[in-house]
Amino acid sequence: MTTAARGVAARGVDTPGRAQVPARRLRSDRWWLPPAATAAGLLAFVVYGGVRAFQQQYFFADERYLTPFYSPCVSLGCASEPGAAHFGMFLPDHPLIPYAALSLPFLLGFRLTCYYYRKAYYRSIWIAPAACAVPEPHATYTGETRFPLILQNAHRYFFYVALLVSLVNTYDAIVAFRHPTDGFVVGVGNLVLLVNVALLWLYTVSCHSCRHVMGGRLTHFSKHPVRYWLWTRISALNTRHMLFAWVTLGTLVLTDLYVMLVARGTITDLRLIG
Amino acid sequence: MTHTGRFRLWRGDAEGGALTDFDVEVNDGEVVLDVIHRIQATQAPDLAVRWNCKAGKCGSCSAEIDGRPRLMCMTRMSQFAPQDVVTVTPMRTFPVIRDLVTDVSFNYAKAREVPAFTPPADLAPGEYRMAQADVQRSQEFRKCIECFLCQDVCHVVRDHEENKPAFAGPRFLMRIAELELHPLDVADRVPAAQDEHGLGLCNITKCCTDVCPEGIKITDNALIPMKERVADRRYDPVVWLGRTIRRRRG
Ligand code: SF4
Ligand code: SF4
Ligand code: FES
Ligand code: FES
Repeated sequence: MTTAARGVAARGVDTPGRAQVPARRLRSDRWWLPPAATAAGLLAFVVYGGVRAFQQQYFFADERYLTPFYSPCVSLGCASEPGAAHFGMFLPDHPLIPYAALSLPFLLGFRLTCYYYRKAYYRSIWIAPAACAVPEPHATYTGETRFPLILQNAHRYFFYVALLVSLVNTYDAIVAFRHPTDGFVVGVGNLVLLVNVALLWLYTVSCHSCRHVMGGRLTHFSKHPVRYWLWTRISALNTRHMLFAWVTLGTLVLTDLYVMLVARGTITDLRLIG
Repeated sequence: MTHTGRFRLWRGDAEGGALTDFDVEVNDGEVVLDVIHRIQATQAPDLAVRWNCKAGKCGSCSAEIDGRPRLMCMTRMSQFAPQDVVTVTPMRTFPVIRDLVTDVSFNYAKAREVPAFTPPADLAPGEYRMAQADVQRSQEFRKCIECFLCQDVCHVVRDHEENKPAFAGPRFLMRIAELELHPLDVADRVPAAQDEHGLGLCNITKCCTDVCPEGIKITDNALIPMKERVADRRYDPVVWLGRTIRRRRG
C-alpha cells in the first residue's frame, strides 16, 4: 500500500481510535436514490431553462401571455412580439443576451443561494455528503467559510430582487387578461399563469431569509405583535419550502411550455370567457 | 411470536475489532436494545453496551444500526424482516472504548466552550420575567436529550477528524442559538458562533435534523437562523448601516 493510499484510508470514519469497522458505509437501503433523483431533476431544469432562455422565440402567445422565462422582456429583440415588453426595451438584441437578462441572473442567484437548493446540490452534485452516514469522497472540507461559498451569505439580497420579480410576474399575469382587440378575456393560459405566480409567491415568501427579515431577527416577539404574527405565518410556510422549491420548478417549466406551444400554434388556448 | 434473529455486532476496542454474528431469540414488541441485552445475558457476558432509561430519554444508547445513527432503545425489531441481519456498531465519529461504547468527551469539551446563560446584571435570580412568545423558540432546543447522534452523523467531523477543534457540532451550535434567542440572555454570541464554534463549516445538509430522536428542527430553527444573524453582522451592509445610525442617535 502506498503512503497516499494509507493516508486516504485513515480519514474520516477510519481515523485511528475510532471503531475499525470493515466497511466505511453500512447503510443497506437505497440511500443513493434521493441524491440521484435530485441531480436528475436539477439537471433537467437547467437544460430546459438554458435552452429556452436563449431561444428568443415563442415567448409570447395570443398577444397577451408572456412566459416567466422572458419576464420582464427588456431586450430590443422583444419588438418581434408587439405587446410583450411591459417595461420598455433597452438591452441590445444579441443571441447571447436573454431577453429577460435583467431578471434571470438574479432568479438563478436566488435559487443557487437558497438554503434548500444548497442542501440539494451539496448532497447530490458536490457529494458532501451524498446521504447521511455515507462517507464523502473529499479529502478536505471547509464548508461555507471561504470564497466562493461564503457568498451564500448574500442570499437575502437575491431574495429582495426576487420579490420585485414576483411583482413583475404578478403584473404579467394580470395584464394577460386583456387582449389587444378582444378586450377582457379568460383563457386556460390565464389560469396557468395565475397558478404559476401564486406558487412562485409561496416559494419566495417561505424563504429562510424572508422568515428572518420579517421577524426572525427579533429577540422579543412580544414587543412586535405584527412582525411576530408574520413570522409565525412564514414559519408555517417555511416548513414546506422544499416542496415549493420543486413545485415551482415544475410549474415554471409547464407554464413556459404552455406559452411556447400556444405561440408555435401546436395547441390552441381554450377561451373560457370572451 | 418468537423467532431467531440474526445480529452482527462490532466487538473490539481502539486497537481493532471485528463484526461478530449472533443468532438470538427475538420476541414481539422488542427493541434492538432488548435483543442486545439477551445476547449479553446468554452468549456474550462481557459485551459492553451503554444504556440507562430504555425510554428514549437519557440519550445513552446511541449506536449505528445498519449504518444509521439511532437510539437502540427506540428502534423496534418489527421494522426488520425475520431473515434480516441487523448490524450494530458503535458511533463512528468518536473514539471507541469497547464494543458498542464510545468516548463522547469531545461533546463535553464543546459544551464547556459555550459561555453560560448571561442574564442582565441588575436582575437577581427569582426576578426573571419573560413572555411565553419570547422563550418559545428556545424551548424547542431544550428537548435535547444529549444523545449526540447529531454530532455523530454530521459529516463536518465524521468525515474530517481535522475539523474537530474548529467545530462545535450541531448540538452545541443549537445551544448557542438557544441562548442567543433567549429574551434574558445579554451576551453577544453571534461573532463567536462563526469565529470560534465553526458555524460556517455547516453546509445545512440536514443530517443532524434527520437523526434527532427528539425531532428537533436543528437546521431550520437553530442553524439557519444563526447563519442569518451572522449575515446581519458580517455580510449585510444595509443592516450594518442601520445599526450604526441607530447607535449614533443613541
Ligand atoms: S446541517 Fe450542518 S450541523 Fe447539521 S449535520 Fe449538516 S453540516 Fe452538520
Ligand atoms: S439535538 Fe437531537 S440528536 Fe442532537 S444530541 Fe440533542 S436529542 Fe440528540
Ligand atoms: S429561497 Fe430558499 S431559503 Fe431563501
Ligand atoms: S437507553 Fe436511554 S435513550 Fe436509550
